[in-house]
Amino acid sequence: MEEKHDSFRVGVDLVRVADVAETVAHFGDRYLRRIYTEHELASCTGVPEVAAASLAARFAAKEAVLKVLRPAGARPDWRDIEVHRDEVGACEICLTSSAARLAAEAGVTQLAVSLTHEHELAMAVVVAAVSRREVRVA
Amino acid sequence: MTDDVIRAVLAEHGRLAVDVAALDPDADLYQVGLTSHASVNVMLALEDSFDFEFPEQMLRKRTFESIAAIRAVVDGLTRAEVD
Repeated sequence: MEEKHDSFRVGVDLVRVADVAETVAHFGDRYLRRIYTEHELASCTGVPEVAAASLAARFAAKEAVLKVLRPAGARPDWRDIEVHRDEVGACEICLTSSAARLAAEAGVTQLAVSLTHEHELAMAVVVAAVSRREVRVA
Repeated sequence: MTDDVIRAVLAEHGRLAVDVAALDPDADLYQVGLTSHASVNVMLALEDSFDFEFPEQMLRKRTFESIAAIRAVVDGLTRAEVD
């Protein structure tokens, strides 16, 4: 049966690909391991320019998710918001730990994401279905 | 001394639209161009400069909203390292 929802929230974010490429060049693995999950890093392959564009799109997705979760206090660890890419290239958002708790508290029942990038910019749009019903948080 | 290091980090990694040296300590850094991604660079560079790691509960927009706010967090974390 389909989950009922009362409203939607939309989050969007834009990231310069060159900024991500420069950060990777400067901070290397420390940056990559701090922000992205193993699955995301495995999804962002190719020549450095292409990998940076994929990483930038995922960073934008994480920020877009934050815009729909609207944390009042501490924000979740970036790795608690994962862009999961399946074999055919479709992406979905997987939340864990504090990000999952925030979503439950906000009544977010479903998330959908779309990513895009060009040479200079990467963008993500996230749509959240929100139910006003009280949500129990474990 | 701490303010000088913070200003140097912001000048190198903050991508701000203004001269960091002339910035008021309470000026809102997001209003002068600090982006979410640039704040990650600032965070990593501060960790390198002060030899600590930002704990998850410090990862909030407010932590990086001004030089004074960064200073307060850095002071707290460096004191915690000493204790």
